[in-house]
Amino acid sequence: MSPHSRVASGLRLRTAIGLGAVASSLSRALRRGDGQVIGGRVVLSACPDAFGRLTARRHVTFVSATNGKTTTTRLLAAALRTAGPIVTNLSGANMPAGMVSVLARTPDSQTPAVFEADETYLPGLLAQTPSATVVLGNLTRDQLDRVGEVAMVARRWRTAFADHPALAAVANADDPHVVWAASVLPDVVWVGAGQPWRADAACCPECGAVLRFDDTDWSCGCGLRRPEPTWWLDGDHVAGPSGRYRLDLALPGRANRANAVLALAAAARRGVTPERALAAFREVASVGGRYQVREYAGRRLRLLLGKNPAGWVEMFDVLAPAPAPVIIAINARAADGRDPSWLWDVPFERLAGRLVVATGERCHDLAVRLLYAGVRHVVAADLAAPWPQELGDAGSPGGPPLDLVATYTAFRDWLRRTGGDTDVR
Amino acid sequence: MSVDPNLSRGAPGRGHPTSEVRIVTVFPTLLGTYGDGGNAHILAVRAQARGIPASVIRVDPGDAVPVEADLYLLGGGEDDAQVAAVELLRPSALPQAVERDAVIFAVCAGFQLLGHEFPGADGRPVAGLGLLDVTTTRLSRRAVGELLAEPTDATPLREPLTGYENHAGATTLGAAVQPLGLVRAGVGNGTERAGHLVEGAVQGRILGTYLHGPALARNPELADHLLGLVVGRPLPPWPQPEIEALRAERLAAAGWRR
Ligand SMILES: [Zn+2]
Repeated sequence: MSPHSRVASGLRLRTAIGLGAVASSLSRALRRGDGQVIGGRVVLSACPDAFGRLTARRHVTFVSATNGKTTTTRLLAAALRTAGPIVTNLSGANMPAGMVSVLARTPDSQTPAVFEADETYLPGLLAQTPSATVVLGNLTRDQLDRVGEVAMVARRWRTAFADHPALAAVANADDPHVVWAASVLPDVVWVGAGQPWRADAACCPECGAVLRFDDTDWSCGCGLRRPEPTWWLDGDHVAGPSGRYRLDLALPGRANRANAVLALAAAARRGVTPERALAAFREVASVGGRYQVREYAGRRLRLLLGKNPAGWVEMFDVLAPAPAPVIIAINARAADGRDPSWLWDVPFERLAGRLVVATGERCHDLAVRLLYAGVRHVVAADLAAPWPQELGDAGSPGGPPLDLVATYTAFRDWLRRTGGDTDVR
Repeated sequence: MSVDPNLSRGAPGRGHPTSEVRIVTVFPTLLGTYGDGGNAHILAVRAQARGIPASVIRVDPGDAVPVEADLYLLGGGEDDAQVAAVELLRPSALPQAVERDAVIFAVCAGFQLLGHEFPGADGRPVAGLGLLDVTTTRLSRRAVGELLAEPTDATPLREPLTGYENHAGATTLGAAVQPLGLVRAGVGNGTERAGHLVEGAVQGRILGTYLHGPALARNPELADHLLGLVVGRPLPPWPQPEIEALRAERLAAAGWRR
């Protein structure tokens, strides 16, 4: 690039960022979300290589997975912050526009970045940050109409990783698709984070044969097998090269312990000790509103995100025990996936003995599923109306909160309805 | 149809009560990506609701496919899984079960693999089981969205068929099959017969379709038709407000007008 064109393109980036800031504040003034993503889009359309230019001098870590990427990003960001400032994206703003908008507002060009990355956008992002670190959790069925089938996503990851051998990876050894994709990289720290949901890994991603699963181990005749992990989840402990530590998290459930082990291994790569990382993890009590208890129309609700079968199978242990009722909100907008037939992959039979309130735009799909599961339910398309009588005084002040599990956009609606995303980052 | 009741129901004394409907869900880990596993459960519940005992037998890769069951279900799956499934089914008892007049209900990838040929992951044709006179090639654009079809007279069905499709198959019907429905919204088989875009295939007691949702959750009449084929008589009505509400909503969403 000639000195002249370098000046010109530097100007172009600065102009683009200025335009983006104007768009962001306009969008906020017009009350269209927080404006971040719109600002980022404006920057990208004026300067398509903005992401690469804004990350040229900083270390970038991408966290990607079907489930747990937001939480893992939050935990990793908390751990890395113990060593100095970092840049990270708002939960859910996990496409390039969301990242560019955060970077454009960072005062310097060297602060390390930790980004949650949508699994379909990861390959495109890596093309602009070829020496990033990738933290890879799991690949399972989700939004099949938009994301595509799991094997297809894994193929795209593997191709992108093969194109960028300077990437460093921290990857889940218990997910065959993740292993197959990451194993083309020379530098991988394997983590035994577990993967209770196996229905998407029936076939070997390398040769197509039926994979052998044996307790926690898996392998294929072609040679693809579970790599020996450096760090692994062991009940409520994490074990690794420097010892065994108790995972004393504020976040509930096995899935969050798995997220924590991945974050701990990624933090260790960046020089943060397990002790310091674990202390930072304990301060994270909610992620983008998840697990928060909010008041709504005289009841206390604990907000939970349940958006696909792999996530749901880990949800049953997080719910208040039976006979506590549960509200389940199902939408099928673009960000949820337009096809809610995944409800039939969730063992809702496990909710027998409770009352379920079916709500959301696709509450009838859920009601039919619950009918066949033999789970007592009421349908309330709109919960802004009076609470269903069958709920009794569940969630009333003074008692335990009422669990509300929602798909992605239904969760966002409930968050907005109960005061917005108030997470501190 | 003529079926030896002892053959199709299992002879007494072989461990099965003569009246039990035995439903086999074939390789749900390979052919169950789109919630089609629900179909087996729905059939069992709907049979039991009419006082007909029913059981679901799950067959995983490595298990033998039973020869003497009544109803076999195959669902949708990814390309590699579809090829793995057809290779496991080629030497299995499924073709024998068809000869024995078992009822087969196959969705999407399961539908394609019952035919003569379908495209594998690399696009090259893979030989199917040849149990259904259909051949599948690639659609130029993946069919994703609501699918609405009006039943043909290949079955006694009267109500519109509703579902969600997500596939890249263009399925051409041979002379031995009838389409299950005429497409009113969506793509279905992606091929025409007599100037109509058609959906699914019916050949004797084998039914194939591109309807997910799962199909039998959204189309109770279709579920009861399959059970009726097994027990040899139509089933009494079993109206459920949840199902009526779901159908009304989905039919309206797909723009259904009689
Ligand atoms: Zn293999």
